Amino acid sequence: MAGILVVAEPQGSGFRRVGLEILSKAREITGALGGPLAAYVGGVGVAGQAASLGAYGAEKVFVAEHEALGMGLGAPHVDVIARLHAENDFAAILFGGTALGRDTAAALAARLGAGLNSDSTDLMANGSVLRARRPAFGGQNLVDCEWTGGPQVALVRPNSFQASESGGSAEVIAVSPDISAAALRATVTGRKPADQGSVSLEEASIIVSGGRGLGAPENFSVVEALAASLGAAVGASRAAVDAGWYPHPKQVGQTGKTVSPNLYIACGISGAVQHKVGMQTSDVIVAINKDPDAPIFQFADLGVVGDLFTVVPALTALINQRRG
Amino acid sequence: MKIAVCVKEVPDTTAEKRIDAGTRRLVRDEGDRMLNEFDKYAIEEAIRLKEAGTADEVILVSLGPEKAVESLRQALAMGADRLVLVSDPAAAGSDYLGTARALAAVIEETGAELVLLGAEATDARSGVMAAALGEVSGRAWVTSANSVSVSGSTITVERQGDDGVDTVQAPLPAVVSVTKAINEPRYPSLKGIMGAKKKPQDVKSLAEAGIDAAGVGEQGARTKVVGVETPPPRSAGRVVKDEGDGAQQILDFLIEKKIV
Ligand SMILES: Cc1cc2nc3c(=O)[nH]c(=O)nc-3n(C[C@H](O)[C@H](O)[C@H](O)COP(=O)(O)OP(=O)(O)OC[C@H]3O[C@@H](n4cnc5c(N)ncnc54)[C@H](O)[C@@H]3O)c2cc1C
Ligand SMILES: Nc1ncnc2c1ncn2[C@@H]1O[C@H](COP(=O)(O)O)[C@@H](O)[C@H]1O
Repeated sequence: MAGILVVAEPQGSGFRRVGLEILSKAREITGALGGPLAAYVGGVGVAGQAASLGAYGAEKVFVAEHEALGMGLGAPHVDVIARLHAENDFAAILFGGTALGRDTAAALAARLGAGLNSDSTDLMANGSVLRARRPAFGGQNLVDCEWTGGPQVALVRPNSFQASESGGSAEVIAVSPDISAAALRATVTGRKPADQGSVSLEEASIIVSGGRGLGAPENFSVVEALAASLGAAVGASRAAVDAGWYPHPKQVGQTGKTVSPNLYIACGISGAVQHKVGMQTSDVIVAINKDPDAPIFQFADLGVVGDLFTVVPALTALINQRRG
Repeated sequence: MKIAVCVKEVPDTTAEKRIDAGTRRLVRDEGDRMLNEFDKYAIEEAIRLKEAGTADEVILVSLGPEKAVESLRQALAMGADRLVLVSDPAAAGSDYLGTARALAAVIEETGAELVLLGAEATDARSGVMAAALGEVSGRAWVTSANSVSVSGSTITVERQGDDGVDTVQAPLPAVVSVTKAINEPRYPSLKGIMGAKKKPQDVKSLAEAGIDAAGVGEQGARTKVVGVETPPPRSAGRVVKDEGDGAQQILDFLIEKKIV
């Protein structure tokens, strides 16, 4: 067993940041795990960008090109990574907690009979084995897990680590994409891309969320304008989603997404416990609410008691001014 | 066609104190347990497929403690036909793979062609079961369905991916996990609630379900908890009243935190 394989998802001509975050962290612990730091890139027309992972610490980058690897479905990747593992016997295989990462990690671990730790927010080496820390119950507990054998497969929550360059360079190794017929059973026949430039909630480093306090669906424009000024993603409370004001994938909370951005700005959200468990692991929480007794003020780092319709546009203007 | 729906009883994660530091297991309190919220969408979708004539039986499949029957009865009250619950002291502490193998064994037995799951269980929030179950059962699998339609032996799913919504086709037999966008789950009617008690509710041991005990339970788990910490809860920061300077106060705070 040797070293770590990090699965880096291509995005445009680069990579999803979570892959770079994991590589940056993995280079601290790969030595303890007895081997090099490798990355896997699968997709269509991705060979050109593979070498850039060297700058984040990858010593080897395995690249597989096949139409089926660019569909966002996990099964084809499982075939390729399982074979890479058979040839390289990785001590650990690490994935970012995206939709594709979750699917691939779960099916791969099941195929390899490997243990799987989801939603890791920290990784460390305990002697020569990996240890993963994950929040449980909306962050009420922190649980440390290890594996009873290898490979140690983990999913890592985006924004858990800082992506930082190490200035290294990588050997790029093309692997032939042998994909079984079974892995090609599910196929993509149509595509509706999300709005250009929209940031996914889980990966966003800043989230501006709106709740019932917005009063009407069109008032989400107030929240969207602040988000645009900060380069942030937009989230919503369940009350806003259930009212049909904002789409389901944007819901934060117990029955929505769990997010850990650097900054979470809650606008017109009361801070019910079901909302809190989805966002309380954010680094900094700012809340704007007109009710001084709103529960959100019990756990926000800065709370402003006021009307969001005056405070939020004023903040947007100040930030736009500052950014020039 | 038969549809199996994987349903799980979960603790109410909004209640306090969840993991026993000694046993490192979940603390299961009375009155503190419920049907996993996400599973209601899978149940609703299965019932709608039955109402549309696409399916003729909706079978609930679960792995959990015997008492889970009480929470899972809510799914029978919504309209599912019967429940098979694998419950065995030896299955306690199963990891994702032990659970997937146990569920796969039961599903095989039911003869269900389509398997529906919730997107995530609200306790561990991993969202990995559909892919693991697909792999273990050798079926095609698709996650995060915003819609599911069945035509002959092909399913078509609108899948919520990382970069938008994709149309995905797969052959039956298949495993599909559904999102909250797929439907609006019904509330059980009084008649449904009364009728639920009389519907078949089979509680089976591992042996009765024909499941190899080696890969399940704590003994078979491939991960182990080595420590549990309870960080101090987030405390209140500064609360200021907007006197016309609320926005400026936030900006100053963000500058102080080096965010802008
Ligand atoms: C099983 C279950 C699961 C749930 N899952 C989730 C979940 O995942 N996510 C989630 O968010 N909720 C969830 N909920 C719902 C949760 O309990 C709350 O009902 C919900 O979070 C409330 O949303 P809200 O804060 O937007 O609305 P409200 O609680 O109505 O709060 C609106 C707030 O806006 C303020 N406000 C109004 N007007 C203004 C103004 N002009 N300026 C400033 N402030 C203003 C009000 O003072 C109030 O505090 C769940 C509930 C259950 C039972
Ligand atoms: N023990 C279980 N019994 C039945 N279904 C389960 C069990 N665990 C998970 N599931 C199903 O898998 C889905 C995703 O769970 P998870 O991957 O644990 O987040 C749930 O919504 C259920 O449909």
